Amino acid sequence: MVSAPPQTGEIVHFDNVGLRYGSSDPEVLSDLGFSLYAGSFYFLTGASGAGKTSLLKLLYLSQRPTRGLVRLFGIDGVTLPRERLPGLRRRIGVVFQDCRLVPHLSAFDNVALPLRVAGVPESEVARPVADMLEWVGLAGRMQALPATLSGGEQQRVAIARAVIGRPELLVADEPTGNVDPEMAVKLLRLFEALNRLGTTVVVATHDVHLLHQVQDSLIMRLDRGRLADPTGALRYPPRRPGVGAP
Amino acid sequence: MNGFSPAREAAGAPGPAAPPPGRWRRSGRDMLPPGRLSGPMPWMIAIMVGLTVLAAGSGLALRHIAVAAGGALGHGVSVQILEPRADLRQQQAAAVLAALKAEPGVLAARQVPEAELDALIAPWLGGENDPALLPSPALIDVTLDGPASASRLAALRAAAAGHAPQLEVDTQASWLAPVFGAIASLQWLAAGLVVLLGAALCAAVLLAVRTGLGNHRATLEIVHLLGGTDRQIARVFQRSIALDAALGGAVGLAGGAGALWLVGTRFGVLGAGLVSDGALAWPDWLALAGVPVAGVLLAMATARLTVLAALKKML
Repeated sequence: MVSAPPQTGEIVHFDNVGLRYGSSDPEVLSDLGFSLYAGSFYFLTGASGAGKTSLLKLLYLSQRPTRGLVRLFGIDGVTLPRERLPGLRRRIGVVFQDCRLVPHLSAFDNVALPLRVAGVPESEVARPVADMLEWVGLAGRMQALPATLSGGEQQRVAIARAVIGRPELLVADEPTGNVDPEMAVKLLRLFEALNRLGTTVVVATHDVHLLHQVQDSLIMRLDRGRLADPTGALRYPPRRPGVGAP
Repeated sequence: MNGFSPAREAAGAPGPAAPPPGRWRRSGRDMLPPGRLSGPMPWMIAIMVGLTVLAAGSGLALRHIAVAAGGALGHGVSVQILEPRADLRQQQAAAVLAALKAEPGVLAARQVPEAELDALIAPWLGGENDPALLPSPALIDVTLDGPASASRLAALRAAAAGHAPQLEVDTQASWLAPVFGAIASLQWLAAGLVVLLGAALCAAVLLAVRTGLGNHRATLEIVHLLGGTDRQIARVFQRSIALDAALGGAVGLAGGAGALWLVGTRFGVLGAGLVSDGALAWPDWLALAGVPVAGVLLAMATARLTVLAALKKML
């Protein structure tokens, strides 16, 4: 029997959420209701077109739902004035499916971007960025522009940019889509390392092999815009870090 | 926000040598690629600032002319004695002159000599006017210690009327009223041109910023999603447009001021009273130097408001 998730440590709460892109279009997400808990690691799976990217957009505040309640870090993300969105977004790291690197900035400057946007002093930027780029295997490509990087290298820069600010919530959309299996596992280890430090990780992926790479990960499955199992959408009941599964 | 360093977290091992402090720094000036707004923008601003300096300079010169002419003529009163018989006219003129000099507030009064009058009307009547055929009035030029108001004019008329039954008393400024009107119109025209050029500058900046926003929408979305604020993005555009405006403003000021100086020296050699009164003084040049500064501030404000208004449409 699946026990009720603990109510403390909840950082994401969806209640009866629906999303449609045009007023006459069908809903791409319907009746979503779930919670994500601090320190957990989630995989989001589903067929192409199931709505994974749309759900992630709601998570990283690129989109507001058409209906329902979305609460992030205890804050209502639906009615939050847009002037307060940046503060919330700085707590979220995002790996976009298409990388979305800033084309005129070097790998170093792309990774440094979240820190600089947050106003981190320049003296405190260089070292973590260099470490991060070394960790993703790009120590020798720090000054390379995105156009000169391979797809896999771009993906790694995008991941480095997403995690450099040590976000409370990391949202990754097919983060290993362009890298070889060895690098995919290595990147997952990076996500795990971040997860161990308390970051909640949500990774959308098609790759079923990845699902078994992370111990104690939780799986959310989307099917045509709905959670396949609304009562127990997660394979395991969500749990807080340090609290064992029932 | 502290930077997350996996190597440091894992083992505390030092990472690779960090590159020198990033080009980006806190200002975020590299958020958009170089040349993002420039193009012809500095030249457009240079032309507008140059034209504004010309219009403002012309307005200031006209103001000087109006003030100088008003000051000189505003205290002056002309008294014409219209007696056709020359001997009687001279007697009346002498009596009126004496009466006027006795009036309070009269600083000076003199009868304009006939030769001077003849010289004044010679261009219209020819140099050989026969006073018997077309007698000229006797003209008395009065300078008061203050403006020639209606009450003072009436007092002078009353003082003179007892000595010459046919006379006319006029302020000298009233003769030039149409000229003053024309000068005032030209001043308004110059002011209108300054306002229009300011509006054109705003429109040019607005279009450039909107184009820049459109061209870099993807980058701006990323910055937004990374937690960048509208004000941070607006500052990037403000800084860029400020540089363009400063460059264009300097060129425009040099061109406009140079043209004004050249025209001023050309008119200066004429030595004509009213025209030479219009020469610009150093406070005027100082005011004109403020035109590009105002242009930069206007351009920055326009850029900021345009960016903030446009970003409001994005989440």
